[in-house]
Amino acid sequence: MTSTPNTNALLRASGLSKFYGGQVGCFDVAFELWPGEVLAIVGESGSGKTTLLNCLAGHIIPTSGVVEYRRHGEIMRNIFKMTEAERRSLQRTEWGLVHQNPADGLRMTVSAGANIGERLMALGVRHYGDIRSAALEWLERVEIDTERIDCRPETFSGGMRQRLQIARTLVTRPRLVFMDEPTGGLDVSVQARVLDTLRGLVTDLGLSVVLVTHDLGVARLLADRMVVMKDGQIVEDGLTDQILEDPQHAYSQLLVSAILSA
Amino acid sequence: MSTAAEAPKYDPAYNFAFLDEQTKRMIRRAILKAIAIPGYQVPFASREMPMPYGWGTGGMQVTAAILGPEDRLKVIDQGADDTTNAVSIRNFFRRTAGVETTERTADATIIQTRHRIPELPLREDQILVYQVPIPEPLRFLEPRETETRTLHALKEYGLMHVKLYEDIAIHGHIATTYAYPVQVSGRYITDPSPTPKFDNPKMNHMPALQLFGAGREKRIYAIPPYTEVASLDFEDHPFTIQAWDRPCDICGAEDTFLDEMVTDDQGGRMFICSDSDHCERRRTAGHTGPMTRDAAE
Repeated sequence: MTSTPNTNALLRASGLSKFYGGQVGCFDVAFELWPGEVLAIVGESGSGKTTLLNCLAGHIIPTSGVVEYRRHGEIMRNIFKMTEAERRSLQRTEWGLVHQNPADGLRMTVSAGANIGERLMALGVRHYGDIRSAALEWLERVEIDTERIDCRPETFSGGMRQRLQIARTLVTRPRLVFMDEPTGGLDVSVQARVLDTLRGLVTDLGLSVVLVTHDLGVARLLADRMVVMKDGQIVEDGLTDQILEDPQHAYSQLLVSAILSA
Repeated sequence: MSTAAEAPKYDPAYNFAFLDEQTKRMIRRAILKAIAIPGYQVPFASREMPMPYGWGTGGMQVTAAILGPEDRLKVIDQGADDTTNAVSIRNFFRRTAGVETTERTADATIIQTRHRIPELPLREDQILVYQVPIPEPLRFLEPRETETRTLHALKEYGLMHVKLYEDIAIHGHIATTYAYPVQVSGRYITDPSPTPKFDNPKMNHMPALQLFGAGREKRIYAIPPYTEVASLDFEDHPFTIQAWDRPCDICGAEDTFLDEMVTDDQGGRMFICSDSDHCERRRTAGHTGPMTRDAAE
C-alpha cells in the first residue's frame, strides 16, 4: 500500500504491531481510510481484529508503528504523539466507538436521555431543554420509542441497547466511528434492523467508519472496502465486492466459501 | 449542654492536640498544597484517631494540625453545638490541647463542622474545618479512582452534569439537596461535604479560609478566602436554595436553614433553626417565633 505525501486520507496506519509478550496481536498493519469511507476489518476470532481496532482508537499503545489522523482543518498527526488531553478530546468529539456489548458503551444506571446527552454535556452544552430535544430526536432516528427516554438501558432489549449506543455515539456528529462487531450477539432479525438503521445513518451523516466484524454479511452491507486479517496480519485488501466475488488469497477464499448461501 | 464544669481538664501527658509533631507537619504541608490549588484533593497519610472513621477523623486531624494554644474552638454537628459528636470533639481538644472552646460563632477562631456552615457570616480571622465522608464528587458516577483523577486533571466534567440531568428528568428539578457539587475558582469540581445546598452561596467569596478533611479517604482540600465557588446548574434550570413557607418556631427567623422536629405521635411537628447558636442569640435579642409566642400567652 502506498503512502504518498499530501494525501487527503483521514486515518493512516503504518507498520502497526502489537505484541502481548511473545504473542502477536497484530503485525505490520498498514492501510489508509478516506473521508466518508466504510472500511471493514474481517477475519476469524483471534485474528487480531479487536487489538487492531483498539490501537487505531488510541485505547492501547502499539508496540511499534504509527497511527495518524487528520483533525478537522489540520494536517496528519500521530495520535500517540498527542498529549493525553488532546487524544481524549479527539475521542469524545471527532471520534466515536461502538462496542460489541452495549453495556460497555452505555452508562447502565442513568436514563436513555442522559446517555445520549452525556457527550453533549462533555462538549459544554448546559441547556437542559436543548439536551432533551437532541435526545428525543436521536431516539427517533434510531427507532426507539421516545416515551422510553427516561428509562434506564437496563430495561432495554439487546437490540434497543445497541441502537441507544449508536445514538449516544453519533449525537455529537463524529467524523470517524470505530465499531467492534456492532451486531454481534443479536438475533438475525434484530441484526437486520440495526444494520439497516446503521446504513442509513452512515449515508446521511457521511461518516467514516472502521468496522470490525467476523460476519461477511455485515461487511457486504456496510463496507466500501475491506481488509482480511489472519494471525494478526492483513492478507488481502480491496473493494468489498471484489474480495467477496473474487478472493485471491487462500484464506480469503476459505472465509468467503464458508458463508451459507441463502 | 456541656458546661465548663463537666468538661475534662487539660491532660499534659498528650502531645499538644493529640498528634505528634511530625504528623502535624505532614498535614500542614498537605493543607498548604491544598490552599495553593483551590478545590484539588491532596492525598495525605491519614492517621488512626481514637474514634471510628466516619465520625470526623479527617476534620479532627486538620483541626489538630492548625490549632494553636491561643485558639478558641467551636464544633458543630448538623448546626448544633450540643450534639454528641460536637461535645465529644470539643472535649477531646480541651483535654489534649487545653484550648478554650466556645459555642458562639463570633468568638471562635476555628470552627469544625459537620453538615452546616454557621448562619453568621464568617470573618477573615476565622477558619472553617469541614468533616468530609466522601471527597470525590464524581465517585457515584465513576467508581475508578484512576479515572476520576484523570477527569479532574483534564477538566472533563461532563459527567457531573449527567447527574443533574438525571435529577431533572426524573424529579422535574435538580433534586440534589446536599453535597451539591461546586466548581472552585473556575477549575476543580469539588464536593462541599454533606452540607445542604442552602449553604453553598455562603462558600462563594467567603472571607474565612475553608479546609476539608476526609480521614478514611485520606484527602485534604481547601477553598482559600475570597475564592469564587459556583454551584453547577443548567441555563434553563438555575441553581436555587431550599426555602421554607414558615419561620423558625422558636426565634422567628425567616432566612435560616430549618430542621423539622417531630414532637408527638399525633402529627405534631416544629421547625427550628439548625444553627443552635444563631437561634439562641436571636432569642436573647428578644426575637420570638410562633411557638415561643404561644407559650408566653
